[in-house]
Parts: sequence; structure tokens; C-alpha cells
Amino acid sequence: MRTLQVALGVAWRTLHNVVTNPSLLLPSLIFPLFFFTAFAGGLSSVRHVPGFDYPSGYTAFQFVFVLLQSAAFGGVFTGFGIARDFESGFSRRLLLAAPNRTGIVYGYAIAAIGRWLITASVLTVVALLVGMQVGGSGVDLVGLYTLALLLNLAAVLWSAGVAMRFRTMQAGPVMQFPVFVVLFFAPVYVPLTLLEGWIHGVATYNPLTRIVEAGRGFLSGNPTEVGLAYATGVALVVLFSLWALRGLRSAERAG
Amino acid sequence: MYLLGRRSVVRTIRQPANVVAPLLFPMLLLAVNSGGLKAETQLPGFPTDSFVAFALAVPFIQGALFATMNTGTDLARDIQTGFLSRLSLTPMRGIALLCGQLGGVILLSLVQAAVYLGVGMITGVRIASGPAGVLTLFVFAALVGLAFGALGAFAALRTGSGEAVQGLFPVFFVFLFISSMNIPRNLIEATWFRDAATANPVSYLLEAVRSLIITGWDGEALALGFGIATVVAVVALAASSWALRVRMAR
Amino acid sequence: MAEAAIQADKLVREYKKGPRAVDAIDLAVQPGEIYGFLGPNGAGKSTTVHMLTTLLPPTSGSARVAGFDVVQQGPQVRMHIGAALQEAALDPLLTGREHLRLQASLQGIPRSERVQRSDELLGRVGLREAADRKVRGYSGGMKRRLDLALALVHRPEILFLDEPTTGLDIQSRTALWGEVSRLASEDGVTVFLTTQYLEEADVLADRVGIIDHGHIVAEGTPAALKAEVGRATVEAIPADRDDVGRTAAILDRFGQLVPSTKGAAVLLNDGQVGLYEVVRALDQEGLEAENIQLHQPSLDDVFLAKTGRSLEGAGDDEEEKPEAGLAMESA
Repeated sequence: MRTLQVALGVAWRTLHNVVTNPSLLLPSLIFPLFFFTAFAGGLSSVRHVPGFDYPSGYTAFQFVFVLLQSAAFGGVFTGFGIARDFESGFSRRLLLAAPNRTGIVYGYAIAAIGRWLITASVLTVVALLVGMQVGGSGVDLVGLYTLALLLNLAAVLWSAGVAMRFRTMQAGPVMQFPVFVVLFFAPVYVPLTLLEGWIHGVATYNPLTRIVEAGRGFLSGNPTEVGLAYATGVALVVLFSLWALRGLRSAERAG
Repeated sequence: MYLLGRRSVVRTIRQPANVVAPLLFPMLLLAVNSGGLKAETQLPGFPTDSFVAFALAVPFIQGALFATMNTGTDLARDIQTGFLSRLSLTPMRGIALLCGQLGGVILLSLVQAAVYLGVGMITGVRIASGPAGVLTLFVFAALVGLAFGALGAFAALRTGSGEAVQGLFPVFFVFLFISSMNIPRNLIEATWFRDAATANPVSYLLEAVRSLIITGWDGEALALGFGIATVVAVVALAASSWALRVRMAR
Repeated sequence: MAEAAIQADKLVREYKKGPRAVDAIDLAVQPGEIYGFLGPNGAGKSTTVHMLTTLLPPTSGSARVAGFDVVQQGPQVRMHIGAALQEAALDPLLTGREHLRLQASLQGIPRSERVQRSDELLGRVGLREAADRKVRGYSGGMKRRLDLALALVHRPEILFLDEPTTGLDIQSRTALWGEVSRLASEDGVTVFLTTQYLEEADVLADRVGIIDHGHIVAEGTPAALKAEVGRATVEAIPADRDDVGRTAAILDRFGQLVPSTKGAAVLLNDGQVGLYEVVRALDQEGLEAENIQLHQPSLDDVFLAKTGRSLEGAGDDEEEKPEAGLAMESA
């Protein structure tokens, strides 16, 4: 019970700061919208490439990637906030007050989800307004957004682990760069089947590819590799949960 | 001016992030986009079979973007630490001070160009305009680096703040993405995007580089690219010179 | 005998490739006591507090706070303590009231009590009017007061205050002293207070532990500690620094020589009565004194006696005032 109270307290404070400070909220809204515009708008002729047969059109095709990207980077942005808390000393207040300190990590994770839900809502509304076709059912859409949520959790836990080990904002690139690489070595612009050469090989083994392809399947109403995608998502969350909790122990040892 | 230029170069070299990031990040993006968008070469009307050749122009402009940030941040630091004030007590004229500061940017632009071209050639890209075209590329890279560096300098001199300079990054990012960065303008389907890319001067900078790599000697593309880069450089240098005068007068 | 509220046994904190910040200290603070932990910068005060408040694990030794082991039973320790650390650790984007709300949530205060408790504490620390302003607009004193309020949200039985008045003006400092005294005397809160201000320890603390280079060099009530070096001291600074030896030889007749940073000093056998003999003796020996001062013992003298050095940071608040105004200048 106390752990939950701690988590809710941390989540409330993090979300409160994001929502009441445009400099924190706007980048996490604007960048996904921008990428959606640039990719779906600028590259729409890619749908004419022979072999591109995504039934819901290129806008929907890119929407899935941008949604997942926003989930991943939303987690990273929350990680920046964690690093800032350690650098400023505010984390000491949390460590001192929380009987069960894992509640602090849970709180940041809840905040990341809340923050991403705002972004996802805005992105979805904009995509629908520009005429994105949705082939999937309600259940399929829940499947898509749940995948994105798992990715968001995995990203915030990864970033939290980095933040608590380094305890400085200078760890920002360490949080961000691997997420960027993993995202962009997935099938960003075309399906996996249309990738050639070394990038095809890399994308094949990239765990994020399963999630992206399954997400696109959900949106078009043709779910594919769902089990593998969820297993990947859950595995990433479990793996980075351990990473984050060990990071917490590292921060406790450092004082 | 030589000493200030040397200081700028040494300072740039001593900050590995300022050297490595403009080299590594564009190359990574080139690798990702080349692989991910290779299928685009199958579109009717795509100017080349090699997407690497098409996309190789992008690092030149991305590198210039980094130049803007780094120059601006370094100059803002000089302002905040009082170094600029000390410089202003010397007999040097403002424009000479500025050119000295931009010396490092120009050198880095040339190094970047060499790296980008080297990577391109290793991956099989042939420069259609030949050795003279390679030389022209270097000149263009230096000009674009100077132009963007001067923009960063202007931002720093006006605001005196590194954070304000960093705040320009999203603006330049938008200019880069809403352009013919990833696809030729004539193949952009969305009318609004095509119109925006046509109005965007960055498109012409990209197309000038691209013409030297893919086409050979395209007078119109080169004239537009060099013309825009020159205009930006002149305006940015004038603006930053003025901003320097104003700051020194304070 | 009741268990100590705070108990440390050979507590050590070592950093990699560095000296021991805290070197096997033993201390026991009784319930309801105000314990002053006095020492210069870098002595190990904050490190000790961080270990006792479970923010830093000890390298070796043990400590129990509120009856719980700080390493094995950290959560239980944290439920019984409050702490206002050296850095106030506030979020500039939150208001004072929002901080209290957050703290109450973290400390498990039921939702129904949070508003009332926040209002009560804001009133007690004089921040009611500023409660809804963001902390980034607070002065240093206001931040300290908010920090104290946050430490008291859950009515802890033990309160740790790490240099709580550093950087505060006299008025704010006095107000905080009043609140700390009230907490101990009326609410029975045990207070562990670190400070580098002698006056603060002297005024507030029931007992004082003096720490230097990670060791506790003296411990006791302020009165008892001062009584150890209890008699008055006369310090004579010769005009000619080469006469320090001669000066010391003269002063030696009147009591026990003690270390002096500037000249020679003696712990008088007969209190102030000996002062006139000292002055006459110096004069008779033809020794020119640049300055002669009479010192009543202070905690700084205790520190000086134990360590051979004066306490840093004592200068601003604790300038030695000649008791009888008998500073003599060289002729």
C-alpha cells in the first residue's frame, strides 16, 4: 500500500510538472507530429514502390511507427527528468521519504505512461483528421496501443536505469542514442519485405521490428506475429525492470 | 585574425563531441535512410539507381546544422565568461574577430566534406562531375558551413545565451525535414509538402550538392545552391557583425 | 535504561582511494534530546547524517535509529525520521503547498488529513502567504523553512537537521532556533543537529559532539566541555615575533601554557585575578606586547584544545570578545 502511495506521489509530481510547463510538454507533442507530417506527408509516394501493399495506406503505415517512436522517446524524456532530479538533489527527498524505494521507479513509470497517453491522443486525433484509414477493430486498436505502452514502459525503465547510474543530465545521450538506433534500424519507411542488403538483416533481428510489424497489422486489421511481438515487449519490460531496479541500488550505494 | 582562427580550431578539436557528432550522426542517418529508402529508387522518375548517391547530399547540410549549434554555443560561452569583452579591448575590427571565430567552422566543414565523400566513394558512389566537381563540393561545403556558422554566431551575439542557441535546433531541424531531403521534389505527392519544400532554401542547397554527385554540371541547380548559400552567408555575416558591434558597445 | 533514539557503533564510511570520511564513531542520542554535531567543513558531519538517515550505507560498523538498523531496516527507519539536509532539495516548479502534498503522499499521510496538516505546518513556519507561489521565487530562508515543514509532515519522533541555518540572516536563524527548541521541549522530538556555528550548538544543544577528520574528539554538554578548558585564558602577542619564546616563559608562571596561533597563551590558575599579574610581568620584563586578550572559554577553545586548530566558520558569529576590554597595544 505504501509502495503504491509513493508511486502515485512521484507520478503526480512528474506529470504535474510536465502538464504545467510548456517547455516540458510541447517537445513531446510537437516532435511526433512533426515526424508524422514529414514521413507520411513527404514520403507518401513510397506507396507506389512495387511490392508495397499495406492495405490502410501510407499514412496509417507511418502512423504506427510514429506512435511507437513517441512511446519510446516519451520514456526517454521521462528518463531525462529522473537524471535532472538526481543532479539537483531532489531525488534525495524521494529516497528519504519513501519506505519502499521501488515505488519511486514505479512512479516515474506511471508518469511516463501518463505523459505518453497525452501524446498518443493528440497524434491519433491529428492522424484521423488528415484521413488515416483504420482497418482494424476495437480489439485490434487496443492491441496496437498496448504494444506501444509496453514500449513506453521498456524505454522509461531503460532510461531510469541509466539515469540512476550516472545521476547527471550528461547521461542524456546514453539514454537516447540506443533507442534512436533501435528505432531506425526497424522498418521505418517500407515493410521488412522491401528492405534490401545489410539493413534487411539488421531489421530482421531487431526486436522492435516484431512490434512495428504487429502494430501495423493491428491497424490494418490483419494482425501478424502478435504473440512474438507481445513476448518481445514483455521481455523488454522485464529486462529493463531489472536494469532499473539495479540502477536504484547503485544510486542508494552512492548516497 | 589568424590567432583567433587558430584558437577556434584548437577549441573545436579539443571538444571531441563537436568533432565526432557532426561526422558520426549524419553517417548513421545516411546508413539508415539508404537502407530503409532504397526501394524509393524504383519509383518512376527517381534520378539515380543508388539511394546512397541521392542521400549523400544530406550529411553536408546536417553537418552545417551542427556547425550552427557549435559555433553559437562556443561564442555564447565566450560572452558569458567575458572573453569576448577582453577581445573587444584589442585594436581588432569586429568583422575580423568574427571571421576568426568562424575559422574553426570552415575547417571542420572541409574535414566533414572529406569524410562524407570518402564514405560515399567507399560505398560505390561515383561523383558524376569528376575531380572538378569534388573541388566544387569542398568550396560549397565551406560556404554553407560559413553561412550556417554565422547564423549560429548571430544567435549567440544577440542573446548571449547557449540555451537560446540550442533552442534554434528544432527550427533548423524543421527546415531540413520539410525539404527534398529524402525524396526529389517532383516525386512528392502531397501538394502542401511539395510547395513547402519548393519554398524552402535548404532544398536548393541539397539539390546543388546532389547535382554534382548524380547529374554532373547542372548550371541551374548550382546557381541556385551557391546563390542561396552566398546570400545566407552575406546576410548572416552582416547580421552577426552588427550584433557584435551592439554587444561591444554595451 | 531506555534504548537510545540514535545509536552508532564504530560507524565508518570510506570512499574509494580516499581517506575515511567517518572513522569509527560511537555516539548515542537519548530520546527527546537535542544533540549538536559540531565540526568544520569536511569533518564528516553530513556523511554521518546521510548514514543515519539511510541515504548512504556505512562501510562498516552499525547504527540504529528509532530502534531499527539503518542498513537492514531502512524502511522502518525512514518512517520514524524526518530530515532537512544541507541542500534543501526542492522542486522549483512546485509551490510550497504542492511540496507538502507530495511529501504527505510519500510519507503515507491519509488523504483526508493532508490539507489540514499542510495548512498547520505552513502556519508554523510562516509560509502561509507564500504557499501557492512556486519555490523558485522563494528566498533562501523561505526554502529552509519549507524544508523544515516537509521534514515534520509525518510527525517524526527523530529529526535530523544538517546545517539548517547556514546562509540565513539573524532573524531567520533565531526563528528556526525557537522552533527547534519547541519541537524538543513540547513535542518530545529527538533532534540531531549538525552545525559549524558554535553559538548554535551552545544555545540549542543539550549535548554536543565535536567531530574533526571523521573522529569525535569531544562529547558532552556545552557547559561540561567548556569547563574542561574552563579557566580563562590570556593570550599575548609580542610586537616582535622573535619574543614568542620569552613571552611563553613569562606566561608559564601563571598557569598552564596552551596552544596559540599567534603568540603565547596561558590557562590561568586564578581566573581573571591573574590577568593583572600577567600584564605587570610582561611590562617588568620589558616585553612589548602588540595585543593582550582575555578569553573566556568557548566551544572553539574546546576544539582548539582537542585539535590544535580553530574551528572554521566560527569567525563570523563567534569573534572573540575581550571580557574586560583589556586589549593592550604596543607602546
